Amino acid sequence: MNEFMRKMLFLPTQSSTIAQSIDTLHYTVIAGTMIGATVVFLVAIYFVVRYRERDRPFTKTPAIHAPVWLETSFIAGTLLLFLVWWQVGFAQYVELATAPADSIEIYVSAKQWMWRFAYPEGATSIAVLYVPAGRPVKLIMTSRDVIHSFFVPDFRVKKDVVPGHYTTLWFEAKQPGAHDVLCAEYCGTGHSMMRGQVIVLSAGDYGKFIRGIVPPLPAAEPPMPPSEPFVVTEQGAAQLQTSMVVEGQLAAARWGCLRCHTVDGSPHIGPTWVGLYGSTRSFDDGTTAVADEGYLTASMMDPRRQIVAGFKPVMPTYQGLLEPPDTAAIVEYIKSLQHAPGGTRVLPDVKVPASGPAFVPAEGTDVR
Amino acid sequence: MSAESYLVADKGVKSWLTTTDHKRIGIMFLVGVLVALFLGGVFALLLRLELLTPGRTYIDALTYNRFFTLHGIIMIFMFMIPSIPAVFGNFCLPIMLGAKDVAFPRLNLGSFYVYSAGVVITLGGMLIGGADSGWTFYAPYSTTSPTAVAPVGFGVFVLGFSSILTGLNFIVTVHTMRAKGMSWLRMPLFVWAIYATSIIQVLATPVLALSLALIAIDHGFGLGIFDPRMGGDPVLFQHLFWFYSHPAVYIMILPAMGVISEVVTTFAKKNPLSYKGIAFSSIGIAFVGFLTWGHHMFVAGMSIFDTGVFGVLSMFVGIFSAIKVYNWVGTLYRGHISFTTPLLYFFAFLFLFVFGGMTGIAVATSSLDVHWTDTYFVIAHFHFIMVGGTLTAFLAAMHYWFPKMFGRMYSERVGLFTAALVFMGFFFTFFPQFLLGNMGMPRRYYSYPERFQALNVLSTGGAFLLGMGVLLTVGNLLVALKMGPRAGKNPWQSMGFEWLTESPPTKHNFEASPVIDRGPYDYHLGLD
Amino acid sequence: MRAPSAVAAEHFEDLKQQGHAARLGMWAFLGQEMLLFAGLFALYSAYRSMYRADFHQAALHMSVALGTANTFVLLTSSLTVALSIWAARARRPRACIGFLIATLLLAAAFLVLKFTEYGHHFAEGIFPGRYYHFAELPQHGAHIFFTLYFFMTGLHALHVIAGMGVLTWVLLHALQHHWTPEHHVGIELGGMYWHLVDLIWIFIWPLLYLVL
Repeated sequence: MNEFMRKMLFLPTQSSTIAQSIDTLHYTVIAGTMIGATVVFLVAIYFVVRYRERDRPFTKTPAIHAPVWLETSFIAGTLLLFLVWWQVGFAQYVELATAPADSIEIYVSAKQWMWRFAYPEGATSIAVLYVPAGRPVKLIMTSRDVIHSFFVPDFRVKKDVVPGHYTTLWFEAKQPGAHDVLCAEYCGTGHSMMRGQVIVLSAGDYGKFIRGIVPPLPAAEPPMPPSEPFVVTEQGAAQLQTSMVVEGQLAAARWGCLRCHTVDGSPHIGPTWVGLYGSTRSFDDGTTAVADEGYLTASMMDPRRQIVAGFKPVMPTYQGLLEPPDTAAIVEYIKSLQHAPGGTRVLPDVKVPASGPAFVPAEGTDVR
Repeated sequence: MSAESYLVADKGVKSWLTTTDHKRIGIMFLVGVLVALFLGGVFALLLRLELLTPGRTYIDALTYNRFFTLHGIIMIFMFMIPSIPAVFGNFCLPIMLGAKDVAFPRLNLGSFYVYSAGVVITLGGMLIGGADSGWTFYAPYSTTSPTAVAPVGFGVFVLGFSSILTGLNFIVTVHTMRAKGMSWLRMPLFVWAIYATSIIQVLATPVLALSLALIAIDHGFGLGIFDPRMGGDPVLFQHLFWFYSHPAVYIMILPAMGVISEVVTTFAKKNPLSYKGIAFSSIGIAFVGFLTWGHHMFVAGMSIFDTGVFGVLSMFVGIFSAIKVYNWVGTLYRGHISFTTPLLYFFAFLFLFVFGGMTGIAVATSSLDVHWTDTYFVIAHFHFIMVGGTLTAFLAAMHYWFPKMFGRMYSERVGLFTAALVFMGFFFTFFPQFLLGNMGMPRRYYSYPERFQALNVLSTGGAFLLGMGVLLTVGNLLVALKMGPRAGKNPWQSMGFEWLTESPPTKHNFEASPVIDRGPYDYHLGLD
Repeated sequence: MRAPSAVAAEHFEDLKQQGHAARLGMWAFLGQEMLLFAGLFALYSAYRSMYRADFHQAALHMSVALGTANTFVLLTSSLTVALSIWAARARRPRACIGFLIATLLLAAAFLVLKFTEYGHHFAEGIFPGRYYHFAELPQHGAHIFFTLYFFMTGLHALHVIAGMGVLTWVLLHALQHHWTPEHHVGIELGGMYWHLVDLIWIFIWPLLYLVL
């Protein structure tokens, strides 16, 4: 029955764990819609035929007013039906919006007109997202320029990707296969070419991917060749054996973060990074906030906005200097520093005066 | 036409261009909106042609993006929003109230000139490069696009003022110029519909003006209020934009519902099943319609709580439309029904609007909307309502009030035929788009994966059929203007108040202000 | 200029209906103006909750003195315009003219104070949008605060100028003694518009100057 309805309605395969329950609601609602429209229409046709004027001249018609019970029951019945649909749909929406705690977290960076994925283990790929089957995957997404939207029809998931924000989306793919990714928020001339694929690998193959061995792609329709010269290349996982955490560590050293922030728990010019992620920060104006990915990123881009109590507002802004891949890597590094002094210490080699000058990258630093 | 009719009372082009007669202003708007409909339709056909093949068919992506932007802007702001109110509201509302004109006739003429200026500015912007932001102008794309967003946005800003002035005029007219004996509950339902529409026009359009001003100034001068690099939030633009643009869709559909109320009661020769139901549900839509804008943003990054609230409120606003639908069908019960072209349009409306409206309830079901939003499903949904609903009702109104406005009758047989053509063309254009949305084809796609092609070809075929149908419909009426048989005062034997005047009416509608001693649907009293 | 007619316009039944329609029309127009500014207040509220500390810092840089002076100026101008309407109704045309002139002078004073204030901001590098370069407050929130400040007060100033135009028209009629106890709808409408311009400032002032 499910397959029959799915095909009748031209819905794609139900390749995520949530897809079938969403489709079941879909069938119910659409069937209700079509039945409702048809019944109303047929009743109207019946009345027109039954009460047509034929050849009788008009004298008068009875003044009929709907009795209150009729109006009430029709309205209440219709409203009840709509609210039941809403209830089921909202419950599913909450499920779609709440990633399981054990999800693999992958960063997505969208820019005109390509998708870039960064894996926890340090690999990156363009246009193709590799995920394991049978495990929940959470995407943490931001845009480098305008609003995009990450859409995988086969999984029934979609979320806008907004510059200046992180948005998230999660799914669990049921089995290995390839699924189209489409950009669903108009973003300019390359909007319809901004496509990609989710390649779902078996657990074994995903392990190999992580260890740097490029797996053979399952037989699937490759992304549409562009008619204009866009950079939509496929890249296997692998040159990097390092993790995003180590990348972040390197970036933090390169950009001078460690001149003011320690990784051994001791306060310095800025708060220590140990135990920072997930903690509740107290600011000098009395407000508080939980240090999540958004907070950490905002602190790099707009550091004077919220000053942690007891520290001076001397941190320079990295807006326009740090690109999202590095930003995300630094965030991941900070996330890894939950206990002092576990992380690797990288000693700052310059003594920074208390008033803190604006940061200038050292000569020859590769700022990508 | 009698020598006294408004059409010939004053002669010469200048007398038309400086008229304050609401009927002449209505006719001038009619010319304007029909030109807009034609232009918007041409852009639609141009972009449907491109969509015949998965890759490039005959234009490049930038041109395609300009075409869909202009199609949307022209259709919404130059046709849909003004159409029924500025044409039929202007023509019929004062007569239906027993008044000699609207409250501010010179402002009414001003409203027409503001509309014309808005059209000229927007089309001028189109000629210097047009906009490619989509009619929704989302930041930061709209503020950084290399196209002429600022002049096009400014043109729409000006068009908005025409809408505000028309709405203001109607509100005051309804409050202050009803004839003696016309209580609120004796007003025709078309008047209630226009009144509710006018409230939305006056209160919602300023927010659009603000949104577009912010975008245009940002584009031209780097205001940056929605630019994340300055700390701005692009999602805030969406909230501001949809705060107007959702009520705007009720500006587009309420007058259509008003037309349907008049058509059903006249051709069933019967009182509406619940007059208060239809009247008050219009006010209900106007009010609750302001509270549902977030349902355009379920995947935009809104909180879960917001999604829940906006979803529920969207379900409520749908109930008001359901009330009307039940009423219209119930009005046919034990009526004395004559089957004419306007009634055929009613049937088309009934099926298409109910189906389209129910898909609106479907997309308000948040989890389903995650799949459907920004795909062709939504495009199909709103075209079912705007074309299947509003355009259908507009064409119904053209046929229904044609004898009143011009004193002639059109060919009924040709009218029935062109109505059927419009319906079929419409269905083949837009029904496949529901399926394309289900398959996952996103909106505003210049090129697409091959598996979407068959349905796209079908849709393009339907679009040309629809275009032909609309052209023939209008053509039939144009022919009737010159060659149709003269119509009497009340060819439909309606008890509506506008049928008390001559066809076409004299310049002042009534020589003496009428005194109203019955309702407009008192068919149980027998005809006058 | 022609005096207001002793007879209602053609499409109205009588002068009473005409006056009623005119006032209702102005109320509807004022409603629409309120929604225009309401959108800006909503933007302000949203950004304020996003950037609480920055807005606080930025507001400290506003001249409460100039803002408050402007509030007094506008409030007084509302008084003078109301008095001009009273004078018309009391058949005191010279008082009516005097109060209208006072209103216009106060409106001009408002603009002078406002543009002086803008000048101070420009001198410090506080400009709207991408031209902002106030080094002391580089934070995003401060930048947004000032951009909103310029847009809100700029839009308001445009309405002040429009209101001065309206009141000038009213004054020209007043100079010909056209406003009488029998015909004063026009001056009432002008006064209503002016009150709205004042009211909008009454909302802007605390939001930008006082609320810390």
